[in-house]
Amino acid sequence: MPQTTEKVARPAVVAPPSPRTRAPRRVRLRGMATPWLFLAAPLALLIVFTYAPVANMLAYSFTDWDGVGPELNYTGADNYVEIFTRPELFRVFFVSAYYLAASAVQIAAALYFATILSFNIRFRNFFKGVLFFPYLINGVAIGFVFLYFFQDGGTLDSVLALFGYESDRAWLGTSTSANISLAGVSVWRYMGLNFVLFLGAIQSIPGELYEAAELDGANRWHQFRYIIAPGIKPVLSLSVILSISGSLSVFEIPYIMTGGATGTETFVIQTVDLAFRFNKTGLASAAAVVLLLIILAVTWVQRRLVPDDKVDLT
Amino acid sequence: MTLALSTPVIRRRVARTLTYVSLVLASVVVLLPLLVVLLTSLKTERQMADDSGALTLPGNLLNFENYVTAFQDGEMLAAFGNTAFILFFAITGTVLIGSMAAYAIDRFTFRFRKLVVALFLVATLVPGVTTQVATFQIVDSFGMFDTLWAPIALYMGTDIVSIYIFLQFVRSIPISLDESARLDGANTFTIYRKIIFPLLKPAIATVVIVKGITVYNDFYIPFLYMPSDDRGVISTSLFRFKGPFGAHWETISAGAVLVILPTLIVFLALQRFIYNGFTRGATK
Repeated sequence: MPQTTEKVARPAVVAPPSPRTRAPRRVRLRGMATPWLFLAAPLALLIVFTYAPVANMLAYSFTDWDGVGPELNYTGADNYVEIFTRPELFRVFFVSAYYLAASAVQIAAALYFATILSFNIRFRNFFKGVLFFPYLINGVAIGFVFLYFFQDGGTLDSVLALFGYESDRAWLGTSTSANISLAGVSVWRYMGLNFVLFLGAIQSIPGELYEAAELDGANRWHQFRYIIAPGIKPVLSLSVILSISGSLSVFEIPYIMTGGATGTETFVIQTVDLAFRFNKTGLASAAAVVLLLIILAVTWVQRRLVPDDKVDLT
Repeated sequence: MTLALSTPVIRRRVARTLTYVSLVLASVVVLLPLLVVLLTSLKTERQMADDSGALTLPGNLLNFENYVTAFQDGEMLAAFGNTAFILFFAITGTVLIGSMAAYAIDRFTFRFRKLVVALFLVATLVPGVTTQVATFQIVDSFGMFDTLWAPIALYMGTDIVSIYIFLQFVRSIPISLDESARLDGANTFTIYRKIIFPLLKPAIATVVIVKGITVYNDFYIPFLYMPSDDRGVISTSLFRFKGPFGAHWETISAGAVLVILPTLIVFLALQRFIYNGFTRGATK
């Protein structure tokens, strides 16, 4: 969103009193009120559903409120202390590490496929469609598809059996194996978006650059290193940010597939459970505030590293 | 000498082959899990029990019994109805709200304009997933909990990306059009309705597609706000297959295919719009 905050140099639209109006004063007043008529609904919704919750959440996080009853005690920073000191609450951050590692794989794979599909390849549109389609599929359906995939005697075991490898391990049975499997599903699901973003950025690089480079004797690697890589830097940094905040706020796939069992509980699953199953609204709010702060910090770092106005594909 | 001459050619060929191999492999990784579920959905209960493995073909390729079960016992029809209802209102609302906000922000100079822009800008940084703890209380206090209006209001009210998409388009509409309409006596609302809105068609198409797919796929919000069985949308209704159909993978698979199929059809029909829409949505 380039230049949103920039003041647009443009003649004021407030209408000069047209010859037909007899009371210029009223026209000007109406002109001042008009933008607010258009903004009333959007602003009201923005405040009610974004800013009010953030403010309330901050307030709840310093209390022991259960989310239902009228009783509410101010507890200071106790909730925050609890999050960082109770190991079973803090553990969820380690689960994020699996997803973070998976994001690195995801971005690398997306970069690879975007690069090769930007060259002249047969069935390009078919491959592009296949790689992107998982991103559009309903999360619950994906959860079930992969529950069957990892099921004992399911897709994965059957494929392995084709290659003569009889496996009888429960893929979702131990914490490590389950987290790796779930992180793999998340790569399967989200790689397509990164891929299409990268492909769009690569294709917006003018073709003459490659031709000129080829005349100068540059090979494919040189082309990637000196033309493609700089061209997609803004989108790449955006993807990194999306991946980091995405890894911290994983919910759907583990919740649908394991319900957070066998050590696959993520930060958001834990927060939702705290708030809506155990009625610990205060503690859950503190957890949500921590997550919000981390995500804001990450975003801030990215904005410092790559100025916002360079991210523009359209 | 011939060897020296042909080495680059061979290398090119090998590289090309490897490229295709990797692409085919990736396609298999994407398609195989989906294909197996499609096959499973066509199998009978007997065939599932005989331990023939996941990769076997169903006995009868036209066995749609599981789909009937999924539709009737899984209440998928009601779920599609609810989803359609939510889609209609949420999308209409998003388009109206986004285009109005964009029109007001781009075409008027007024006090606190910068503040308003900043409010929308900062809101994009707040991930909705984190604030639901407190949003829940607000939705509940409006009496919208466990009604279809809760997701509608949330989808409408928290979609700031759409406002940016509209803003980019409004900016590209020449302001001289507004001015000439004004000289003809049109007021600001008429200008919005008769000039700006019709010219926003490409932006509206983008928002409708992106929003439509996002809402259709969303699980978190309906799951939190509509726990009743008869308020199921496709995500939550499919999720409830887990209990009653426990180990009946043929029925669960049929449900999953039923949910994926509309997405596939829309994708095949609107590919180009979808790529553009999601690229624009992600990069704002």
